[in-house]
Amino acid sequence: MPLATTEPRPQLKPALGAGGPGSGAPGRGGDGRGPEDAGGHGRRVPRRAYYTGILVGLAPILMLFAALASSYIVRQGITHEKDWIDLPLPGLIWVNTLLLVSSSVALELARRSLKRQALPGFTAWWKIGTLLGLGFVAGQIGIWWQLREQGVYFSDNPSHSFFYLLTIAHALHVLGGMVALLYVWRGSANMKLVDGRCLRVDLSSVYWHFMDFIWLFLLGLFLIGR
Amino acid sequence: MSVAHEVDEEHEVHVHQEPTQFIWKYVFSTDHKVIGKQYYMLAVVAVVIGLTLSLMFRWHLATYDPQHMFLSPDTYLQVLTMHGTILVFMVLTTAPLGGFGNYFLPIQIGAVDMAFPRLNMLSFWLTLLSFITLLAAFFVPGGAPVSGWTGYPPLSAINSTTEGMGWGQTLWVGSIAIFCLASLVGAINFIVTTLDLRARGMTLLRMPLPCWAWFVTAVLALLSFAVLFAGGLLLILDRHLGTSFYIPAGVIFGAKELNHKGGSPLLYQHLFWFFGHPEVYIAILPGMGIVSHILATFSRKPIFGYKAMVYAIIAIGGIGFFVWGHHMFQSGMSPYVAVAFSLLTMTIGVPSAIKTFNWLGTLWMGNITCNSAMLFALGFVSLFVSGGISGIFLGQNAVDIYFHDTYFVVAHFHLIMGVAAMFSIAAGTYFWFPKMYGRFMNESLGKVHFWLTFVGVYSVFIPMHLMGLWGHPRRYSGMENAFLSNPFIPAMHNMVTAAAFVAVLAQLIFICNFFYSMFKGPVAPENPWNCTSLEWITTSPPKFDNFGGVEPVVNHDPYEYSVPGASKDYIMQTDPPEAAPAHAVGHD
Ligand code: HEM
Ligand SMILES: [Cu+2]
Repeated sequence: MPLATTEPRPQLKPALGAGGPGSGAPGRGGDGRGPEDAGGHGRRVPRRAYYTGILVGLAPILMLFAALASSYIVRQGITHEKDWIDLPLPGLIWVNTLLLVSSSVALELARRSLKRQALPGFTAWWKIGTLLGLGFVAGQIGIWWQLREQGVYFSDNPSHSFFYLLTIAHALHVLGGMVALLYVWRGSANMKLVDGRCLRVDLSSVYWHFMDFIWLFLLGLFLIGR
Repeated sequence: MSVAHEVDEEHEVHVHQEPTQFIWKYVFSTDHKVIGKQYYMLAVVAVVIGLTLSLMFRWHLATYDPQHMFLSPDTYLQVLTMHGTILVFMVLTTAPLGGFGNYFLPIQIGAVDMAFPRLNMLSFWLTLLSFITLLAAFFVPGGAPVSGWTGYPPLSAINSTTEGMGWGQTLWVGSIAIFCLASLVGAINFIVTTLDLRARGMTLLRMPLPCWAWFVTAVLALLSFAVLFAGGLLLILDRHLGTSFYIPAGVIFGAKELNHKGGSPLLYQHLFWFFGHPEVYIAILPGMGIVSHILATFSRKPIFGYKAMVYAIIAIGGIGFFVWGHHMFQSGMSPYVAVAFSLLTMTIGVPSAIKTFNWLGTLWMGNITCNSAMLFALGFVSLFVSGGISGIFLGQNAVDIYFHDTYFVVAHFHLIMGVAAMFSIAAGTYFWFPKMYGRFMNESLGKVHFWLTFVGVYSVFIPMHLMGLWGHPRRYSGMENAFLSNPFIPAMHNMVTAAAFVAVLAQLIFICNFFYSMFKGPVAPENPWNCTSLEWITTSPPKFDNFGGVEPVVNHDPYEYSVPGASKDYIMQTDPPEAAPAHAVGHD
């Protein structure tokens, strides 16, 4: 009999403070539909699945930027047209880089505090990190605005098109990350910790550091070959 | 400030209960089985539309008369474009992976659902949105685009060239972009599920081959769809924001020079085919997995060289990322580069041959049952061989200069991608239908379906190889050009059209059989095929949580058929370890 060696699913104990199955735990858990006694059961997803998920999810973002960057390099290399006008890199770009990198540092400090169970420290660093991130986005808008003032438009030259395209694509991804940072901020009073780690904190900071990485990669792209 | 501590440290606990209302149960469901069926039904609708379009242009070609054309040249190209796009994206990319993969991957590895059920639902609804967007192209001013399923610029990048290149093309690109997002979300789910949700004892090398195929397919989708998305993004910008990524200087249209300069149409071809070649494997790899499973089951033999099969799937997927240039031999690329692409292309022949020989090895001396599922699986092997052989010709850069853009290419990719993948879908359907619906499909109708389709498709595509050899170009609606002075060509077109009607209409038998059996077929037991994998230890159809509240524990490899000394001719993966005499366990 095939079922002979299967064993009963372990009984799940309701999680303290997070609500037992069926109570629609805040923020996670529960399709929350149907009455509590409809015969549902706890579905256990290993925590590492979320870590795998975020790493796997970064791969297509990397591929997207790799594809756009290789198009950039190929286009830059087409010399016979002589129509590639290097873009005047605004000084603000360095300020923004600093903002973004320091926001990542702040998030890491927040995570350290969390590990030590120092919640006030966590909240403070997390907020600083988020604000620095917002500063980066504002700074990027400043750059586009400055360039426009100088008469550098999206479609007037391939190098300009690429610059706008890459920075806007990056900024949109950063904004997505910003939503996650704000979400953690909002929920920081009610976190679920396992070993001093919180899933949403970890996942959103991994994503955020990855945005740093993409940004540094783009910066390098803009600098080389001019 | 309060910190809640979880009791279960290793897992996130989700309440997962069967919804009771119709809308949550069957429409906005997060249950992988419902989502799998939704994908499958989407593919059924798409295949009906896509094949009807093909009958339209086949009729045009058979009755060709310059005075009374069935389709105008523009309409011909519109129909052709939509046929290709619908079938490649909405059928071959959805049914084998989104359909069967969603339904059976979690069950075969002993999981309750996919890792992220709500993302899974999102990926289906995005796919549906993409499909609707694509169909909408028929109904906008100008109609559908004419640029083929590959959508090459400059034609596709300029929105005023001909009918359909305005709104129609924009919707086409939009649809593809949404499809990319849907596939990416789906791929993440497949990968995480395979890596982290396997039941106890289900090691990677104990997974049935379909699971391996879905896993590698998902990796291909993960890495390639983002690149297609980038390609589509640049295309939209060229079309609507006046950039010049793809449009070169000096394009004159309607007696006036366009205000673009410096773009490179080849850039698009690179981005497209970097996606496009992995895409053809996205269509076929799940089929290879399904067919391996069926061949072993109905030969009552362990799959020949299980590990070799796994490594071959991985190798095909891996090398598949380095051969895209073979679609561009004719683009003026350096012959040195072309030779490199050519050699890499030939390399794929090695794992492909491994798979073919292992299938034959599995059949060899087997105790074969030729039911509909098995017939379609055998048909798949046949088509894979005949389509692969023409691939070897095309892969030689020098030879391809002649063959490129002829019917020879059309014949190649229809046999190996289109028809072979369809055969795997049919095989999978006959095989898994009893599990999905708790009833059998009609066997006699299944066999009629098989023979009509098998003879039909070969009669369509073998002549096309010849027409290609004679130089018949693809995507031509007219027949006045010099290539076509060959007197046999019109006769060939007639014969191909007749065969196409037979092959397509035979699918109606399948569809009727499918829906009739869903309600009226004979009731199926738990394990009608005496198959070893986990989907067969549960009820037909499976309960909401797949295994009725028990966690399966896996003790055996997936293909332990006819193990010497065992009490029956198959050993379920969940049978106790002692079910197989120790010395006989393991299949390679
Ligand atoms: C031994 C293996 C294979 C080789 C050597 C090979 C080679 C080629 C080559 C060189 C071309 C380009 C022909 C041209 O446009 O001039 C081509 C086209 C194509 N192949 Fe293959 N192929 C192989 C297997 C496959 C498989 C397994 C699939 C799909 C499941 C496939 C699907 C396609 C498609 C869809 C096209 C045409 C794309 C288009 O232009 O619309 N091929 N193949
Ligand atoms: Cu290819």
